[in-house]
Amino acid sequence: MSEIITNGAGTAPIGYTVGEDLVDRAAPDGPIETRWTRRKFAAKLVNPANRRKHRIIVVGTGLAGASAGATLGEQGYKVIQFCYQDSPRRAHSIAAQGGINAAKNYRNDGDSVRRLFYDTIKGGDFRARESNVHRLAEVSVQIIDQCVAQGVPFAREYSGLLDTRSFGGVQVQRTFYARGQTGQQLLLGAYQALSRQIDAGNVEMHPRTEMLDLIVIDGRARGIIARDLVTGKVSTYMADAVVLATGGYGNVFYLSTNAKNSNASAIWRACKRGAYMANPCYTQIHPTCIPRSGDHQSKLTLMSESLRNDGRIWVPKKAGDTRPPDQIPEHERDYYLERIYPSFGNLVPRDIASRAAKNVCDEGRGVGPGGLGVYLDFADAIRRMGEDKVREKYGNLFEMYERITGENPYKVPMRIYPAIHYTMGGLWVDYDLQSTVPGLFVIGEANFSDHGANRLGASALMQGLADGYFVLPPVIGNYLAQAKLVPADVDSPEAREAYDRSTERLERLLAVNGDRTPDSFHRELGQLLWDYCGMARNEAGLRKALARIPELREEFWQRVKVPGTGAELNQSLEKANRISDFLEFAELLCLDALHRAESCGGHFREESQTPDGEALRDDENFAYAAAWEFTGVGSPPVLHREQLKFEEVHLAQRSYA
Amino acid sequence: MKVTLRIWRQSGPDESGKLVDYQMDDVNPDMSFLEMLDVLNERLILNGEAPVAFDHDCREGICGSCGMVINGMPHGPQTLTTTCQLHMRTFSDGDVIVVEPWRSAAFPIIKDLVVDRTAFDRIIQSGGYISVATGSAPEAHSQLVPKPDADLAFENAECIGCGACVAACPNGSSMLFVSAKVSHLNVLPQGQPERETRVLRMVEAMDLEGFGGCTNTGECTNACPKGIPQASIARLNREYLRASLSGRR
Amino acid sequence: MLALWRSTIGKKAVMAVTGLAMLLFLIAHMLGNLKIFFGREEFDEYAHWLRTVGTPVLHNAWFLWISRALLVVCVVLHIVSAYQLSRRDLSARPKGYAHRLRPTASYATNTMRFGGIILALFIIYHLLDLTALVANPNGVEGAVYDNVVADFQHWYIALAYIVAMLALCLHIAHGFWSAARTLGAVSSATRARVYKAVAGTLALIISVGFLATPIGVMSGLVD
Repeated sequence: MSEIITNGAGTAPIGYTVGEDLVDRAAPDGPIETRWTRRKFAAKLVNPANRRKHRIIVVGTGLAGASAGATLGEQGYKVIQFCYQDSPRRAHSIAAQGGINAAKNYRNDGDSVRRLFYDTIKGGDFRARESNVHRLAEVSVQIIDQCVAQGVPFAREYSGLLDTRSFGGVQVQRTFYARGQTGQQLLLGAYQALSRQIDAGNVEMHPRTEMLDLIVIDGRARGIIARDLVTGKVSTYMADAVVLATGGYGNVFYLSTNAKNSNASAIWRACKRGAYMANPCYTQIHPTCIPRSGDHQSKLTLMSESLRNDGRIWVPKKAGDTRPPDQIPEHERDYYLERIYPSFGNLVPRDIASRAAKNVCDEGRGVGPGGLGVYLDFADAIRRMGEDKVREKYGNLFEMYERITGENPYKVPMRIYPAIHYTMGGLWVDYDLQSTVPGLFVIGEANFSDHGANRLGASALMQGLADGYFVLPPVIGNYLAQAKLVPADVDSPEAREAYDRSTERLERLLAVNGDRTPDSFHRELGQLLWDYCGMARNEAGLRKALARIPELREEFWQRVKVPGTGAELNQSLEKANRISDFLEFAELLCLDALHRAESCGGHFREESQTPDGEALRDDENFAYAAAWEFTGVGSPPVLHREQLKFEEVHLAQRSYA
Repeated sequence: MKVTLRIWRQSGPDESGKLVDYQMDDVNPDMSFLEMLDVLNERLILNGEAPVAFDHDCREGICGSCGMVINGMPHGPQTLTTTCQLHMRTFSDGDVIVVEPWRSAAFPIIKDLVVDRTAFDRIIQSGGYISVATGSAPEAHSQLVPKPDADLAFENAECIGCGACVAACPNGSSMLFVSAKVSHLNVLPQGQPERETRVLRMVEAMDLEGFGGCTNTGECTNACPKGIPQASIARLNREYLRASLSGRR
Repeated sequence: MLALWRSTIGKKAVMAVTGLAMLLFLIAHMLGNLKIFFGREEFDEYAHWLRTVGTPVLHNAWFLWISRALLVVCVVLHIVSAYQLSRRDLSARPKGYAHRLRPTASYATNTMRFGGIILALFIIYHLLDLTALVANPNGVEGAVYDNVVADFQHWYIALAYIVAMLALCLHIAHGFWSAARTLGAVSSATRARVYKAVAGTLALIISVGFLATPIGVMSGLVD
């Protein structure tokens, strides 16, 4: 079966073909509550004495990567680990603020593994796999125990017990937190566990080293090509299995809350080697970020959503109103969330708040530089609670806002605007977190598995640590015990081919010597995606983007200018190399968004909405995960559908009106 | 606004470097310091010159990647602020801004403003952890932690490992960094079994890296973007002397 | 113990303990000096008594010699530690900043090394002056009062003593508080303020007490 979608402009066909459905064969059937237990029991074990003989490559040292490296090293495997940062402690998990969910039910408020499972499936807008999500909920309980034992300083009550709060619109208090720095504290815990294994000689750590390609021999992942970012030396590393823990692809939008160097190169190059990319159009947008202040803006900073609890969001009623906020009288203000969603008001879910902000800005009613912002006003809260109370509750966020904008939010309303924050899509994996390339495992944000079309607050940290500490180790052992691998050689033709391809690409980038900086392309790509594949998407816009991306890619390879050489610390080369991947990946992102002619979670298609303007799912036609097989740059990928079965949770429409 | 940047340029670890002046004519006060360097680098690339290498990543003050000494102040003139969160409105039109890398024998320069801080990683590897095998942890509530202890641990665990303390110290000492980790782990009940070995091993590793000694000048705390208190150094001293005299190893 | 001595913190602890021991000595020394205001007879008698302290348990002057030995050990350990730590500190930053680091610490803190050298030189001179008597204008053994008074008849000797006492003041102001911290005693910001105040007061009392003698002589209060 095959269908081709061509782009409206009638130029080269931008489309896809449909291949066979994909089935996850790793998950056991039967009662969902015991699937993970049964999977672990069925898994083949590697004799502890033999583990040392198995080399495992782990790329990335965020929550997922560091916890995986630490655990595998501790179990006796020989781990070779990589990160592009100068230290594993700097991975971007460190920036997560809110908290981590766990079904501990310490509050006795009716929480349970079942409820966390249910909330996650529903929050993901019914586009995640039930088996995986249930396992995540089960494992969540162990994560807290592990982290507490490691010395993670979670917030505590005066009794000495752990404190929890409710987060992200759920009705139970299951979120554990360490002030606004939960990600930092959890990552440092994992980093310290990893450091212990490095000291013990179980993990060989390569900081400032970036993966360039995946080596696949006889259909199995057997190694990677990586570049030492200090010396520029490109090396080949062989192993028995490869684990990617390289995070999400939010930086394809240029401006996002991701770290500047976060990138999609590892997962994209794995995709080019045969790993399917699933649901790339599922991107999450966070409504309360600090807006850009000008063209120089290099990244966006998120402020905790909790601000919406007491702040009121508004814009002027009149388009093009440039008066300062204190001169706009009450009756000329539009508290649009309170107006449109009277029952939830300013507390509607992330995607709804984000789209509403975009809509008012599109109407020309946005505030601040470029009209890309809305007010988040605490004047009422200050009147009601007093400034001291507001300071006590939000003081550190207000300080952060003032540091960045130079404005005092106690006097002038804050300005906020939505920004790309997290990507639910990623490499397709089965229940064993194994991609379509045997021996290639993908964990954390880099895979597509647990959040469906939308991630709940405080669930990213949970998933990263679940994958790394508890899920990956038994299933990777099962693979190694059964794979019957022959020794892989750095001089094998496949390894040499991958090495040559990587170095040639770097040489090509250096050889163009054009007249545009790498960043100028990244900014242009980001703007294009934000305009046509951002908060709200429609067919015409996506087609426009799909027509423009190949042109931009072409231009990139004609005009990019990368100074210096490959044999030194060359940050422009690193950047250009990542951007070259974004320019390829972006096309798949838009294609996936175009093909999914429904709205769900973080993917909003304007064609598919209820009369009230809410996201309208099409379960009849789209209750599947879309896994894309790469066939060549610019050539139509193959769509493999994994049909999603909902046996435990019944499909239902979200409503917040 | 206009500023003159005087930046340390050094093309490699073994090369000699020098300060080079760059005139910036169109600086937006709302730019962050690093965004201003981005603008400079774009210009340098188009002019066929080598852009200024500097470490940065999250740009929201938490990853600890960035760090440069600005006019003799690590992370610049604003207290409790990393370089990435420093904005140009802190400076005045016509300012000359001297930008240098962290200077420490233990942090060799790689290029321009980029230094090698793996010494910090090796110190953590020597003992900056609590040994707990994955899956072996007891139920989280089986051990209560008094809130003041938990808060104290947190205050110290906030360290982002940027190295500003070393850069600021007239002796190039890393005591504040080490004391933050020792304080974090040694005040918690979970950290007690390894209390002595941890501090002994970490101090030994610290000394091996070639950092200087502490003379209690307090420059580290004043430069620390996370405000790790100087009291932590007193605690490190106490823990170390106590462990040394206990005879445990 | 050897590992302790080899570590930077161990050496700092040695400096702290020896520094505190010397501080105790200085307090006693300063109080003894003040006896000069009670006249020649009482002062010389006190000086003589110092040789007989501890008798008859100890032989004549043994206490004095034991004390001197202990002080020498303290001074040597203090200086050796300071020297080794300073060398280490200097090599920890082989290349300095082009734009000088902007110090936020006090003058006392930043002049410990320099002040220490001044004090070391002063101690040598002081011993030659009033113990060995070779550098004293009067230089008569047993005539302690006259020797002291003879010293401060000369403005340059008085100046040397005054400068040294100011250096001592600064050294103690940072040294006492730093020693407390090095020995782990200052565990909060509130206590830090208390220790700093104590350090400042001690430094002031000791240096004023010592300065009383040259000023007394020069002003004619003592002659």
